[in-house]
Amino acid sequence: MKILVCISNVPDTTTKINFTEDQKSFVTAGVQYIINPYDEIALTKALELTEKQGGTVTVINVGDVTTEPTIRKALAIGATDAIRVNGTPRDAYYVAKQVAHVAKDQNYDLILTGRESIDYNGSQVAAMVAEMLDLPSVSIVKSLTIENGIATLEREIEGGKEILNCPTPLIVSATEGMAEPRIPNMRGIMSARTKPLVVVEPLPVPQLQEYVKYDKPAARSHVKLVPSDDVKKLVDLLHTEAKSF
Amino acid sequence: MAHDRFQGHDYYQVDELLTEEHLLIRNSVREWVKKEVSPIIEDYAQRAEFPKQILKGLADIGAFGPYIPTEYGGGGLDQISYGLIMQEVERGDSGIRSTASVQSSLVMYPIFTYGSEEQRKKYLPSLAKGEMIGCFGLTEPDHGSNPSGMITNFKDAGDHVILNGAKMWISNAPFAHLAVVWAKDENGDIRGLIVERGMEGFTTPETHGKWSLRASATGELVFDNVKVPKSNIFPEVKGLKGPLGCLNSARYGIAWGAIGAAMDCYDTALRYSQERIQFGRPIGGFQLQQKKLAEMITEITKAQLLTWRLGVLKNENRATPAQISMAKRNNVNMAITIAREARQMLGGMGITGEYPIMRHMMNLESVITYEGTHDIHLLITGMDVTGLNAFT
Repeated sequence: MKILVCISNVPDTTTKINFTEDQKSFVTAGVQYIINPYDEIALTKALELTEKQGGTVTVINVGDVTTEPTIRKALAIGATDAIRVNGTPRDAYYVAKQVAHVAKDQNYDLILTGRESIDYNGSQVAAMVAEMLDLPSVSIVKSLTIENGIATLEREIEGGKEILNCPTPLIVSATEGMAEPRIPNMRGIMSARTKPLVVVEPLPVPQLQEYVKYDKPAARSHVKLVPSDDVKKLVDLLHTEAKSF
Repeated sequence: MAHDRFQGHDYYQVDELLTEEHLLIRNSVREWVKKEVSPIIEDYAQRAEFPKQILKGLADIGAFGPYIPTEYGGGGLDQISYGLIMQEVERGDSGIRSTASVQSSLVMYPIFTYGSEEQRKKYLPSLAKGEMIGCFGLTEPDHGSNPSGMITNFKDAGDHVILNGAKMWISNAPFAHLAVVWAKDENGDIRGLIVERGMEGFTTPETHGKWSLRASATGELVFDNVKVPKSNIFPEVKGLKGPLGCLNSARYGIAWGAIGAAMDCYDTALRYSQERIQFGRPIGGFQLQQKKLAEMITEITKAQLLTWRLGVLKNENRATPAQISMAKRNNVNMAITIAREARQMLGGMGITGEYPIMRHMMNLESVITYEGTHDIHLLITGMDVTGLNAFT
């Protein structure tokens, strides 16, 4: 089985988010970057599939050279090889175009992504790549098995779950539950030294999205405690102070 | 212990002095400690038990012989990688780091450095995988800072030797499969031998009642006419330089490890000071608390730079024993001071197992004593700068 996993390079989940004074960009100084956690789930699933059935796992990232530590970690976790598209991703369309371009002649049986990146939370790349490559796509998948060229996928839906069958090749976006991410071990880190990381130049792609301004959410107001026997006060407060809800 | 919210601290962007691979190793071990050590360590320390189930994990993350060449099952990594692994493991617990230090620097290092090719091939791959655990016998009941006075000795008996004596304060002893033992031959020369569990007359009684390194197993090594094959003697070394070479490697790892314990205490105290409200505001807003925190991060930063530089020297094979002594002494003292200050900042909560500080503080009482005491390291520096021996 030949699998492509899309990897985003995102700020660590504990990062304190700050923006530049003109509110046009995110302050990256001192920020640690990690593999997008949902992509890590996708990568682990890809490894589980190939460990069982044989095959290769290629990771792809669209980003400049600063994303290479993240890619190297994916190789240390167990990916076979990696491709870095040497561009600066501005929107999902740009990323999807690059991924689709790399993937189009490679006959991947499966392309996996995370359900969304935890920085911009767009959730668009998987579906866009599927459209560009004319492949079926299933989003936010909790469980995935592949047998005899048929993928069985489980998704959570309102009040229950949905089980789908879909022939490969297909594109799947992963969510929690699909696999338990792995910590790179020493052997993995050592073998990542010599695994191929190919850098390709990006296609010229127009930027469709423009970022006008970044704002932090309003600071949370203080919690007001109401004695449990004072329902009238609670109702008053709900009418007066919490009326926007 | 409550959920591990640890974040590393890097006030001087020391990370920029590390390679991409160093950071990957450091962060992977940090992740592993959060997942495998933090959730269980308090319970094991309270019960004074070593969590044996983590041995395979320690091996997988490269904590056993990271700088031993890959052909013998080691990691083939540099000394800074070794240091970073020790830092992160000790961030979890000094007892767990002690197990890794002993395995790497006091067992695998001498087998690799002083052992025969047969000894290397026989033991190193199993030790690297954690399938075999080793311990190191130098200290004796009556000979701690003065190891050359050791009594443990062996006598020639044809194809084997007869070993007699006892060693004390031996980490990993109760469950180790083998011991690297330093003993005097009939000429009074100190030699190293590999003693295996199961050899008749060899026992490893456990030391109970410790208030420190409670999640690490400590014991004695007792040799009562133990027959040790001559093929188990290190052929390449004679004299105190054998064990001291091992200690140099272990002390270097301890210098890094202490930073881990210090960072955990600082990180805990910093967060607590921002969340704990007294007199209507976070206690971190009071000058006396800020003085503590500011001094902690200053000392941690100095220690980080000291160890990084020592790591570079060690990679180039230029680090002197005296330089290693200085780093071990400084960093462990720095860590224990920070642990005590941090303990005070947490008030009553600081003495509970809800937070890691008291455990680190008690652990560091051993760390400041073993592998050369705080005072002995001072004398090493003193002798190095004056050229005068103040030991005897």
